[in-house]
Amino acid sequence: MKGLEFDVAHLLAGGLVLISFVLLYQNRLYALLNVYALQSVVLSLSVAWQAYVQDASHLYATAFIALAFKAIIVPYALHRIIAELGIHRDVENVVGVGPTMLVGLALVALAEVVMLRIATDADVLAREDLAFALSVVLIGMLMMVVRRNAVSMVVGFMSLENGLILAATAAKGMPLVVEIAVAFSVLVALVVIGVFLYRISERFETVDALALDRFRGEQK
Amino acid sequence: MTAETIAAIVILALPAATAALLALLPSYRISAALNLGSAFITLLAALSLFVAAPQHNAIILVDDLNVVFIVLNAFVGFTASVFSATYIAHELETGRLTAPNLRFYHAMYQFLLFSMNLALIANNIGLMWVAIELATLTTVLMVGVYRTPEAIEAAWKYFILGSVGIALALFGTILVYMAARPTLGEGVQGMLWTRLIDAAEAFDPALLNLAFVFLMLGYGTKVGLAPLHAWLPDAHAEGPTPISAVLSGLLLNVAVYAVLRFKLLLDANAHAFAPGPLMAALGLVSIIFAAFMLYRRRDVKRMFAYSSIEHMGVIVFAFGIGGPLANFAGLLHMAMHSLTKSAIFYAVGQIAQVKDTQQIAEIRGLTVTHPLLGWSLVFGVLAIVGLPPMGVFMSEFLIVSSTFERAPWLALVLTFGLLIALGALVLRMQGMAFGAPTGSRAPAKASAAPILAHFALVLAAGVYLPPPLVAWFRHVAEVLH
Repeated sequence: MKGLEFDVAHLLAGGLVLISFVLLYQNRLYALLNVYALQSVVLSLSVAWQAYVQDASHLYATAFIALAFKAIIVPYALHRIIAELGIHRDVENVVGVGPTMLVGLALVALAEVVMLRIATDADVLAREDLAFALSVVLIGMLMMVVRRNAVSMVVGFMSLENGLILAATAAKGMPLVVEIAVAFSVLVALVVIGVFLYRISERFETVDALALDRFRGEQK
Repeated sequence: MTAETIAAIVILALPAATAALLALLPSYRISAALNLGSAFITLLAALSLFVAAPQHNAIILVDDLNVVFIVLNAFVGFTASVFSATYIAHELETGRLTAPNLRFYHAMYQFLLFSMNLALIANNIGLMWVAIELATLTTVLMVGVYRTPEAIEAAWKYFILGSVGIALALFGTILVYMAARPTLGEGVQGMLWTRLIDAAEAFDPALLNLAFVFLMLGYGTKVGLAPLHAWLPDAHAEGPTPISAVLSGLLLNVAVYAVLRFKLLLDANAHAFAPGPLMAALGLVSIIFAAFMLYRRRDVKRMFAYSSIEHMGVIVFAFGIGGPLANFAGLLHMAMHSLTKSAIFYAVGQIAQVKDTQQIAEIRGLTVTHPLLGWSLVFGVLAIVGLPPMGVFMSEFLIVSSTFERAPWLALVLTFGLLIALGALVLRMQGMAFGAPTGSRAPAKASAAPILAHFALVLAAGVYLPPPLVAWFRHVAEVLH
């Protein structure tokens, strides 16, 4: 693993982390979805590059799934849902953008420190990819914590899944079963989410997760 | 194909096929009967695994450890389907559920059994992960089935927390594969339990440690350990009661099973850190936390959900302490908790139906208006808090005494937590079971047979455990180190 092969893989994986940061500061729902679609495109490029480098043709399938489902179908469906629900306003953050970005930076630093120290036996690319993947996962979780709106929490979760796919492809030779399963469960998860969004909007006329908090505890 | 292999296939294929069939059947009466019948045949197949286990292959693995889980799963799955058949009809009458909802419910019920069985029987850590994810998604849908704002909030919370947990577990699973790859090579070999456990000694310990942290947090969320438990009380309180029983009695166990398997990997590697203290600490935190939270509960199903957090804490604590005696007690406690808690939920579900409320304050004098339900509740609470001569007493006694041997201070904390929880549950139970009766006196609609069957087993286990069963549990406990 050297030269161009390594650099491209590195660039794409690093790009995913960068886009995760871009996701963190989006304050419009449509923009959020577009950035998410971009991240999924970069993910599918990264997976395709891994398929080429590792000479593992089954990974092309994973790349295609990422492109078709995550970059096109899912963002399109969410666009439709947002339009139908009429909730295309600003996304409310629980925490300000500045502190969120700082926490994000700290999380990336944490991921790098943990992974680069630990996986010394694994080859360099796998190790760095895992570090990037962990960063994307952690930033995805951060996004789920700081966003109030249900749609952006879902986007946070899906970007977290992008990080997992990156990790799964970095683990060389990991059986296809798992990757398809991951893609499949994302799809299933989306169905669930769709159902939920509809039900939630039906009942609350908003998908703001705060509206759900009325029942917290046991007041009645 | 041998008879054992067929039994293993039946355990997986039958619930899956029934789920597909139930999704098409419109009549709920036929569905309920089919649900019950299928669960019964699955139970028979599971019991046959006790007698003869099939040879492991790339997909299935039945060994002495998971067969205990599989049989328990099939048994409670069956009794819950018996309970559900009578319970759910009443929900239809009162209009809480509509016919299409009910069709969906039955299909999901079998699908849940399928995914839990798959998680338990899978030899592949990736497949196990997929199965647990499926089980999570299924239960999310079932928790939200009433479609009240509360139910939807509960399902949403469960979905968000459950998915994050599942995501962390997948990352851990990938790390385990990475750790195994230098030794076992690329491909499916690096994901099979049977191969991993033999080769674990040569794995990179640092990678294995990190993997376990992710797996513990991920599957620990599904176990409901504090502070990752936030989804659990809501999901128990807002879903249909048969599902509360299955959640508490089974799904939490499946997650414990996953943690246990990975603990075995770390135990097999001399350089990896010992996972015991981490598990014992998380378990103890859950016990103490849940014990105090029990006092503040006003909703009866929510109260017993907190009691489940406490008992999951006890189980994880026992496995964390380790050693043959504590492992034996942990397994026994898991079985006893499943049986007792699901029976309590069966009783509580009927109580909530006849009284039309889940608020503890609005339920009074049950032993007068509904003697059977009232005394069942009394018995269930006395059993679950660990009073002799019931089975939970025996397992808790063994856990406390084995802890005394290894870490006396921890035993004090543990006993303190158990006593605090005992106080809360007995206090609330007295209020509900005795005193001037309130509310409806209409007779209960659902069958009491599952409750009585579970209680009989719990009592029998406390009084006399058959030697073959003890030998079996002991053998498994030794496998666990």
